[in-house]
Amino acid sequence: MTPIVALALWGVAALLGTAILAVAVSRRASATRLVYGATLGISAALFVIVASALAGDPAGVSAVTLPLGLPWIGAHFRLDALSSFFLVVVNLGGALASLYGLGYGRHETAPHRVLPFFPAFLAGMNLVVLADDAFMFLLSWEFMSLASWALVMAHHREQDNTQAGYIYLVMASFGTLALLLAFGLLAGPDGTYTFDAMRAAEPGRFVAATVLALMLLGAGSKAGLVPLHVWLPLAHPAAPSHVSALMSGVMTKVAIYGFIRVIFDLLSEPAWWSGVVVLFLGGLTAVLGILYALLEKDLKRLLAYSTIENIGVIFVSLGLALAFKANAMPSAAALALTAALFHVLNHSFFKSLLFFGAGAMLTATGERNMEKLGGLIHRMPLTSFVFLVGCVSISALPPFNGFVSEWLAFQAILQSPDLPQWGLKVMVPAVGGLLALSAALAAACFVKAFGIAFLGRPRSAAVELAHEVDRYSLAAMFTLAALCLLAGIMPGLVIDSLSPVTLSLIGNRMPVQMAQPWLSIVPIGESRSSYNGLLVFAFIAISASLAAFFIHRFASHALRRSPAWGCGFPDVTPAAQYTAVSFAQPIRRVFGTFAFRAREMVEMPPPGATSPARLTVEVHDVIWEIFYQPIAGAIEFATEKLNHLQFLTIRRYLTLVFLYLVTLLLVLALWP
Amino acid sequence: MALIFELTIQGAQMMLVLLLAPLLVGFVRKVKARLLRRQGPPLIQPYRDLLRLMRKEVVLADNASWLFRVTPYLIFAATWVAAALVPTFATGLKFSWTADLIAIVALLGSARFFLALAGMDVGTSFGGIGASREVMIASLAEPAMLLIVFSLALVAGATQLSTVAAFMASPDVGLRVSLGMSLIALVIVAIAENARIPVDNPATHLELTMVHEAMILEYSGRHLAMIEFAAFLKLLLYVSLISCVFIPWGLVTAAAGPQSLALGVVTYVGKLAVCGILLAVFETAIAKMRVFRAPDFLGAALMLALLGTLLLFVSRSL
Repeated sequence: MTPIVALALWGVAALLGTAILAVAVSRRASATRLVYGATLGISAALFVIVASALAGDPAGVSAVTLPLGLPWIGAHFRLDALSSFFLVVVNLGGALASLYGLGYGRHETAPHRVLPFFPAFLAGMNLVVLADDAFMFLLSWEFMSLASWALVMAHHREQDNTQAGYIYLVMASFGTLALLLAFGLLAGPDGTYTFDAMRAAEPGRFVAATVLALMLLGAGSKAGLVPLHVWLPLAHPAAPSHVSALMSGVMTKVAIYGFIRVIFDLLSEPAWWSGVVVLFLGGLTAVLGILYALLEKDLKRLLAYSTIENIGVIFVSLGLALAFKANAMPSAAALALTAALFHVLNHSFFKSLLFFGAGAMLTATGERNMEKLGGLIHRMPLTSFVFLVGCVSISALPPFNGFVSEWLAFQAILQSPDLPQWGLKVMVPAVGGLLALSAALAAACFVKAFGIAFLGRPRSAAVELAHEVDRYSLAAMFTLAALCLLAGIMPGLVIDSLSPVTLSLIGNRMPVQMAQPWLSIVPIGESRSSYNGLLVFAFIAISASLAAFFIHRFASHALRRSPAWGCGFPDVTPAAQYTAVSFAQPIRRVFGTFAFRAREMVEMPPPGATSPARLTVEVHDVIWEIFYQPIAGAIEFATEKLNHLQFLTIRRYLTLVFLYLVTLLLVLALWP
Repeated sequence: MALIFELTIQGAQMMLVLLLAPLLVGFVRKVKARLLRRQGPPLIQPYRDLLRLMRKEVVLADNASWLFRVTPYLIFAATWVAAALVPTFATGLKFSWTADLIAIVALLGSARFFLALAGMDVGTSFGGIGASREVMIASLAEPAMLLIVFSLALVAGATQLSTVAAFMASPDVGLRVSLGMSLIALVIVAIAENARIPVDNPATHLELTMVHEAMILEYSGRHLAMIEFAAFLKLLLYVSLISCVFIPWGLVTAAAGPQSLALGVVTYVGKLAVCGILLAVFETAIAKMRVFRAPDFLGAALMLALLGTLLLFVSRSL
């Protein structure tokens, strides 16, 4: 028996054991500490095991077959470079969410609805990544979905949460159906369910194309690819905040793992147009996701929409990798895939951090609506500092980590004029523009998020009562903030540890980065492009300190506090500040008129009347109206019509049965 | 010895941008005033303004947070680092590989991010209006800038500014449609990013026209001095960028002797003067736009830049 994958499976078993234990003890006072302590320990141990395996023997593959599941198949598990990387993401996120939960969970009103499902959810995500046959994969996938659904429904009495749970359930079942069909096609007529057999098989072009479409539906709906994203901004915010962090930061990554596993690993050679499809969907998702986020005033929903944007960014890089791989440009493909995986890691860091911050805000004020907050930087200085770090990182600003993966994606785009196909030649620069647009809009969105919620003056009494959160939550958030900075100033380390993954999937890797002088990253050649996060950070730190030193040495020290300038009006109310909606108004007007058919109408009272003027804003969720309302309408129409069938006489039923039997027999008789 | 020389050149460039930035602003103001038949303030007025601001006391709003006080230094530092990374008189400096053109654009993005936050910190409607308009303008200017970077990178085969500048000075460039489009787009972006007419008016505090000035309305004293200085540096950065890419003649390499380095500095100052005059003439000749006309203006830059990039994807020689 090979040790590493077996150790990982023991960890998963321990998580499942914790889940069962949690059912028994969940109503006790000490249950929160017990369960989160256990998941913290197990996840941290799993993280250490897998990370040391990735560092020690990166090319090593360990597999194990257990006599579980379907009797004639067994359950296959396997740990290679790709699954090791994703297990690192899953378990690091899991450990920090548990640490956060130690503090946050104490405010939970219904711990017995959260505690049993939290370890189960972690176990499910681990199992998806470990699975090495289609049956086990689908089983774990469904287990993960159901566990997270239970967590979404934890606060089922709150408004809208049941609807969120219902839509999530429908979309998750639909996604699994697509995956089931994809694996069915990959398994072929002989029904070989192990991934090894699928890897060896050579599916035809039609089958490969259908599998790609089905994976985009199945994994894409879980990851939040437009137009399958509708459940995500409803379900992610409904869960408790540390679970939201896991769903946004980690579960979407498991979906991406599924996509990479099937498309890059199990299907052998991609067709060039698959790159076009993935690029287009990725670019669309990135821009639409962040535009939705800009219009949002609920902080957790804003974060969920921003997850959609980041998934788009990852899919753009994956699409580039596919295009390069199809055209036998392995070094460029390795660059693009590294950019995608780096962004996977980065997004798991900063999105967890931001959801933790939103959770801290929720515990301190009981409010998710940013328009009722403001000025939290005075009441919660530490939380607002780490939240600011998260905002800067996710806005792709140097010297933090988000910038590095965007930079790598741009470098990959600049490799693409050598692609021979015209479809790609036109698509890549357009998607590059969309990527740049989404980065700029993301910065705008997070200026809004931080500025409205944490800066300015308090907009409600809840803020006045807010206080800093507990040490566990702060520890989790500070760890993530440190990781954001570290990955930003030492990107070479991350890129080098991703090289086994690109080697196994593409057969090539980016040049060794840690050997570069001064820890620069140089994807192709030094005269072409290079970036040094460490030096940029050092230069900014040095010149800011120099400026501050100079000013404090030579300039005036006088400082006077006084009321802000209110244009001569005394005591301007906090309601006169910009709100989340008014902050986004210019952007809504520029982009929203096209994307959301947004319209503003001002009703002015006639001269002399004393009634107030009214501003009405009309925004349409175009995706919902185009794709989902017709489906919902069709289902309603069909059920309405079929409803008559319930009220027939027995004679008519017998006639129907008879007609059906005759038709069936006819078909059977005519079948060749 | 060579290392010390290289470090000296790098340091000289950092100090040079610091010294010249206020002068450029003073020069533009002077030329504008002369064009309007006014006497205009003396050339060194911006230096005097900065010194005066530093000597004044800071009046801080009651609920200003630590972020409000830290931001001026952060903005100044980020802009200074970005400005020092653009080749001014010489290419191939010691640390020129620290950040390529994409990173320079992103560094300016960092500065803008914090400036917009500082605008919202005190909680007045002015700060909010400035920040919200600034991010709207940036959401168009930044993608346009990145697409320009793409065009330049595809022409020169590098995003490294030193390499781009060296390539543009070589005879391989030729006359290209895409470069022309990039130049026009870059000028539009530079005008918008520096809050110049017709997008914004640097000389007014009228609420309906202001974007940049509204964000910094609450700043005073040494903090305001830092922010103003950062704005001067940003103007210098864009002028240096345009001149090092589109008028690259006279750039020397860092390894050249002191004589040619001095000549490089003189040429650089000459280029600044030419660009300054052009900017002043353009600003005098045109009227300020309404805020919601600015997206059309910037949209043109975005489309031109995208078209330039597309052309290069179609054929490397266009």
